[in-house]
Amino acid sequence: MSKQRSQSTADSAAGASGKTSRRAFLGTVAAAGVAGFAGCSGLSASGQSDAEQAGVAGETLTLTTTTSTYDTGLLDEIHTDFEEMYGVTVDAVAQGTGAALESARNGDSDVVMVHARGLEDEFMRNGYGINRRDLMFNDFVIVGPEDDPAGIQGMDSATGALTTIAEAESAFVSRGDNSGTHTKELNLWEAAGAEPGGDWYQETGTGMGEALNIANQQGAYTLSDRGTFISQRSEIDLTILVQGPIEGGPEILSNPYGILAVNPGVHENANYDLAMAYIGWITSPGAQDAISNYQMNGEQLFFPEAVSEDPNFQQYVPEGWSSGSESE
Amino acid sequence: MTPEAVFQVLQTLADLPFREGYVRSIIYVSLYVSGTAVVLSTLFSIPVAIVMGFTDFPGKQLVKSIINTGMGFPSVVVGLLVLFLVSNQGPLGSLELIFTTEAMIISQFVLATPPITAISLAAITGVSENVRDAARALGGTRLDVALVVIKEARYGIATAILAGFGRAISEVGSVLIVGGNITSASGISKTRTLTTAIQLEARQGQYDTAMILGAVLLALVLTVNAVVVRFGDERSMNR
Repeated sequence: MSKQRSQSTADSAAGASGKTSRRAFLGTVAAAGVAGFAGCSGLSASGQSDAEQAGVAGETLTLTTTTSTYDTGLLDEIHTDFEEMYGVTVDAVAQGTGAALESARNGDSDVVMVHARGLEDEFMRNGYGINRRDLMFNDFVIVGPEDDPAGIQGMDSATGALTTIAEAESAFVSRGDNSGTHTKELNLWEAAGAEPGGDWYQETGTGMGEALNIANQQGAYTLSDRGTFISQRSEIDLTILVQGPIEGGPEILSNPYGILAVNPGVHENANYDLAMAYIGWITSPGAQDAISNYQMNGEQLFFPEAVSEDPNFQQYVPEGWSSGSESE
Repeated sequence: MTPEAVFQVLQTLADLPFREGYVRSIIYVSLYVSGTAVVLSTLFSIPVAIVMGFTDFPGKQLVKSIINTGMGFPSVVVGLLVLFLVSNQGPLGSLELIFTTEAMIISQFVLATPPITAISLAAITGVSENVRDAARALGGTRLDVALVVIKEARYGIATAILAGFGRAISEVGSVLIVGGNITSASGISKTRTLTTAIQLEARQGQYDTAMILGAVLLALVLTVNAVVVRFGDERSMNR
């Protein structure tokens, strides 16, 4: 049977070649021409060809990042594309903003994706990070039990809501882990002019998901990034009481994510080429679309902001930096 | 565990919200890291225990105290120490071991060695003096006596190895720090173990899936213990 089949294949091939012999001839000429051209260019470039072949393929990029980008599943979703495009592996280490920057400071990662502009700026000013880009944003929300004992529902001011919670001494759960969310929370308390303390204020030292669970069990308020809250909303009884800027809330609750390469001048072993390839890729229109298309429970979690007709120059330097102030 | 219970666990596993190959790959990494660490610890610990069990030297009590203290050393502190060692800034930084299974093996080696040494030593010193005397009386050399004592102490030594394995596979603090809890984008573990996977689920508040992974870990440890015990029995029967 296999013989029959091969016979008929050969027949049809012969028929086809008869009909299209002219086209096949042209094709052969064209192929020969391309091969000849390729041969020439191969010769002329032979000195460099080894280095070119090596490229970045097969290398591993170590990305230290926050729990919110990793735990929402965003990175796993979009990284496959980058890995296929460059033939590389991305090792994403979810640590929280403070620890992610510390790993990079020790030269243990190549690129950092975090959400605490103050800490990113310090990291840049100390020379560890370069080529910072605004990547994406979402926002923080103040969540709490539905019965809302302190009565903050619908308040326009995040600092006002925190002051109200402090005055009512209603239970509040703090991350207490030097993460981006924790940093934002401390900034909010400072802006509110309130000093959190006392029995009602609990530092848990846990990730966002655990902190939400603790707040849920204790009927407490907490500050959460919208992404983690959405991904966990079905399992807890907490509700959003003060919205962030995405839903018209105060701008102070915005949650911008930045991406930085580790400075190869400080850490020789940092894979700078691949880090820049990654930053180039993730700030490209294609990857930015993938970020905005990523949904959980039918809701968009992250809003890209790297691609803009009118780039914000402050994304490249520490906030408030100007060449004049630095040279003095 | 009855076969029905095993079947039920497997059925629950099939329904889990994990990607294909995920659970298998973290089981593999767990066994690879802890298994390698325990083999290395055993190769190091047993000779140390034998030397300590058969000789007297100044400072022996101090060494014993250090080993016993090591049994209670928090894994997270060991993780930090190994991190300093293998971090880019550390003495082994040029080997680029950070966030690899090799770094995890180093930290679990440090964790598993004290219990294996201490319990082996207790087993060896616990062998009756009569046995040693009999071996000597029959004209045995020092080596013969040592072999006889080790044979007598083999259950204690097996227990020591299992205790070391139990400590290694159940710890989460050090492998999280030096391993980084990494999977590929397609969900295949690189440095994620069962314990760090449980920690990740708990961090996200997914306590039910965390519990199921905990059950997998328990089943794994039970299986390893059963295999080691069975292996020991067969060897003693073939003696």
